[in-house]
Amino acid sequence: MNQQQGIRILAIETSCDETAAAVVVDGREVRSNIIFSQIALHTLYGGVVPEIASRKHIEKINQVITEALQKAEMTLDDIDAIGVTYGPGLVGALLVGVAEAKAIGYAKGIPLIGVHHIEGHISANYIEDKDLEPPFLCLIVSGGHTHLVHVLDYGSYAILGRTMDDAAGEAFDKVARAIGLGYPGGPKIESVARRGRSDAIAFPRASIAGEGYHFSFSGMKSAVLNYLNSCQMKREAIVQEDVAASFQQAVIDVLTGNVIRALEETGVKKFALAGGVASNQTLRNALAAVCGCRDVAFYCPSPALCTDNAAMIGAAAYYNYRAGVRSGLDLNAVPNLKLGER
Amino acid sequence: MKILAVDSSGLVASVAVVQDENLLGEFTVNYKKTHSQTLLPMLDEMAKMIELDLQTLDAIAVAQGPGSFTGLRIGSATVKGLALALEKPIVGIPTVDALAYNLCGHRDVVCPLMDARRGQAYTGLYQFEGNRMQILKEQCAVDIHTILTAINEIGRPAVFLGDGVPVFAPFIEEQLQVPWTFAPPHLNKQRAGAVAALARQYYTEGKAVCAAEHKPEYLRLSQAERERMERGHV
Repeated sequence: MNQQQGIRILAIETSCDETAAAVVVDGREVRSNIIFSQIALHTLYGGVVPEIASRKHIEKINQVITEALQKAEMTLDDIDAIGVTYGPGLVGALLVGVAEAKAIGYAKGIPLIGVHHIEGHISANYIEDKDLEPPFLCLIVSGGHTHLVHVLDYGSYAILGRTMDDAAGEAFDKVARAIGLGYPGGPKIESVARRGRSDAIAFPRASIAGEGYHFSFSGMKSAVLNYLNSCQMKREAIVQEDVAASFQQAVIDVLTGNVIRALEETGVKKFALAGGVASNQTLRNALAAVCGCRDVAFYCPSPALCTDNAAMIGAAAYYNYRAGVRSGLDLNAVPNLKLGER
Repeated sequence: MKILAVDSSGLVASVAVVQDENLLGEFTVNYKKTHSQTLLPMLDEMAKMIELDLQTLDAIAVAQGPGSFTGLRIGSATVKGLALALEKPIVGIPTVDALAYNLCGHRDVVCPLMDARRGQAYTGLYQFEGNRMQILKEQCAVDIHTILTAINEIGRPAVFLGDGVPVFAPFIEEQLQVPWTFAPPHLNKQRAGAVAALARQYYTEGKAVCAAEHKPEYLRLSQAERERMERGHV
């Protein structure tokens, strides 16, 4: 390795429906970030089809990796380590990236680092804000995850809360389907909601009893479905914009409610947002306001770094690399991997 | 000519290196189906034993399918990663052809059987003239009765092999009108040695592709695509 040029990491991410590779230097500087998105393919089916996602990954992965290296103006000989998402995610999809990364690392004698997908999302903030350092609070919201995490140090996490049922993004997808917007639900609901009233319908804001900062979204989703049903029974017109805006507001209220409580109770002065749903501007504005009036620094990656990408995996891999973490040739995909476990 | 071969299409995980007329090493495990954990450590073990310099390989071969979708992708991603890193071509070998090649030189009609679920077998029909393999029926996913009928029509003795044999044995006993045998344990499952040996021929015939181009041959659509077509979409 060449210290002067920094630690150069090739990162690979195939946990869901994006085939992605990136080259990241010293965990913060993105030299390339290539994403082949399969969204159009899965839209036909109203959601991600695991077998189709896995098939597309194997077709595209070499091309994506080669492009990432070329754009970074590097070859594998310049790479100090390979980072790869090994969980959580769709097992068949994860396996493509894991097997590919292991084989490349083995053939070139490059160290391998298995990365947790959520750790990647959190680390997207290190790329966006070069000065951000732990400790900070981080809310990760995506199609598969809703976690409120206290980032104690690089690679050290205390999970304060998580969803007890649906992920926030999943609720967006389901509601979008119910009101005829289709997949992917997040961006479509946000766009329609701009023309609606967020106080038109009072959907419930579920709070989880007991300690901690857990979330629940399935009740809220059911309330939307019940509302739509009752409108149909009563032959009342459904105002798509109002449903979208009211639902979105309910989700945001639940998320911000727990964040406010966690900020006040922990006294942490930095807050970061992450995950695909973090590209929702209404949510970003709401949390920025929450932080603003409490003198808490607010961080949020640009939308391209919020959705699944490999650059964030490269950032997370770098801090694991520095901590001496290495994965073996027997690294497996772990679909339900817990944050902080190895 | 030196070829590394990988087969993770079924229950067996297998790696081998063939150089010209010699099998330098082969590591085959038919134990538990955790190919993602075993395949690369097996390759590493074998490579150490035969002091393999990966750069000296001419090509990397893989059982391309059919087989377990996930198993095929583990093998495929492994060889794609190796080939990308080493800048070597990939030779994709039809899984059923490689299985049949285990019985190279056999006088009977060779019928590999892999359990394809949903009442079907991944199968094909082969015969040998000396060491030369001829394909009587190309590999396919068909109802077991279809392939047994085809053997009856040929009217010559048959030999069966593959992990589908225990599944389909009752049908063979019931329907087959010609004498038959089952291949012995050391020949009746996927062997990367056979993949490598066949790959020599394919490579010579110019059938290698670049790493990016290679993908598995499933012989089947995904369930979601199939159901969508059944609903009348194209």
